[in-house]
Amino acid sequence: MQVNANGNEIIRVEDLHKSFGSLHVLKGVTEHISKGEVVSVIGPSGGGKSTFLRCLNLLEVPNSGHIYFEGTDITAKGVDINIHRQKMGMVFQHFNVFNNLTVGKNITLAPTLLKKKTQAEADEMCKELLNRVGLYDKIDQYPKKLSGGQKQRLAIVRALAMEPEVMLFDEPTSALDPEMVGEVLYVIKDLVKTGMTTVIVTHEMGFAKEVSDRVFFMDGGIIAEKGTPDEVFNHPQNPRTQEFLSKVLY
Amino acid sequence: MEFFSVMAQVWSKYSHLFLHGLWMTLYMGALTVAISTVFGSILALLRRSNWGIGPFKPIQWIVTAYVEIIRGTPILLQLYFFYFMLPSWLPFLDLSEFACVLIACCVNSTAYVCEIVRAGIQAVDIGQTEAARSLGLNGTQTMIHIVIPQAVKNILPALCNEFIAIVKETSLASTFFIGELMTQFKTINGITYRVLEPLTIVGIIYFLLTFILSKLIALLERRLNASER
Repeated sequence: MQVNANGNEIIRVEDLHKSFGSLHVLKGVTEHISKGEVVSVIGPSGGGKSTFLRCLNLLEVPNSGHIYFEGTDITAKGVDINIHRQKMGMVFQHFNVFNNLTVGKNITLAPTLLKKKTQAEADEMCKELLNRVGLYDKIDQYPKKLSGGQKQRLAIVRALAMEPEVMLFDEPTSALDPEMVGEVLYVIKDLVKTGMTTVIVTHEMGFAKEVSDRVFFMDGGIIAEKGTPDEVFNHPQNPRTQEFLSKVLY
Repeated sequence: MEFFSVMAQVWSKYSHLFLHGLWMTLYMGALTVAISTVFGSILALLRRSNWGIGPFKPIQWIVTAYVEIIRGTPILLQLYFFYFMLPSWLPFLDLSEFACVLIACCVNSTAYVCEIVRAGIQAVDIGQTEAARSLGLNGTQTMIHIVIPQAVKNILPALCNEFIAIVKETSLASTFFIGELMTQFKTINGITYRVLEPLTIVGIIYFLLTFILSKLIALLERRLNASER
């Protein structure tokens, strides 16, 4: 499923820089992502993977550079980022499900509040989504009662309830107990099959290799190597990539 | 023992004064709590605002200065200050003594409530805010639907302590004889020349009051926690 780079471009990033104080995390990232493409971002900790992902929906505001989403420069002054965020679902390492809301309310809050759906429509969709991830019986419970894997599945469908164009995953399985990794990856794999444009920061190399159209290897604040999973995992050219992959078991 | 028999006599003779004092203490405490909760919460939200030009954030500065000054000076001094300042600087308001003291108490406890609310909001995991913002909720919607409901649970125990402190601090208002429990002690002491007996009675009333209050709030806390199980 190789997508033409010039074709259905949905995200374009130009010379992105981000610093936290004196720490220069992103040192000029230029990249594009096409509609329907599945991109995995791998690399060592501190390489800028998560910061790159969080810049895409401006949870981190870059110091310089541009991010175009569906042709709009969302880093420009006066852009209402809230409108664009509605089309970019995000899943976090630590789930971040809303602790004060029931499972059902977690899903229906944003669509109803942001006037995308009536309460009845949202409830209907909520039912469908929860069934899809096997959580329908939890609809009236609070997240406190859920396991890590269940919370993450809830977080995924919460994002899907906004019917996003892109899904961003920030190490979605890193905080899970080992036996719960599978159930979450299964849901993501299912989602990828539907043709959802997906950017996933992950340490699950086997998963990245299996589902991705392209893989970015980030190190030192830049994309040090990129290519198809076969190119990056089986024939890495950059010595840093070779070193990283040799240390990672998968 | 003479102490207890005198105490019983003092109570039977002056119970109406003690009860009036209790009523005034409750009245003043409740008003202070209500007013300072409202203003303290507003100030805490204002303090979070980044409104300003570059590093110049006047709202943040003013609120911070207010909180620091109030916390850094004794409440008795503040009571004196407002008691004399309000009538002389704002004579056209024609404030009663009670009003002046009440305003002083409110100004004092608003600063503490502001700090409690700020800390409570800050204690809510930043991930909750990020998740809400990533769905497209704006800052205000995130505060109303996600952050504040969770902050309330952090705030409540500390606010409870503040309420109990307020009830006790109203005793300082007796400096100006405004009729609360401690004033009644002074009155009865003046009539009977007895110190320990009326003082003990007032102490017992204060204790029962704060004890019941803390039990009530503990009950409320349990209810709130139960709602998310």
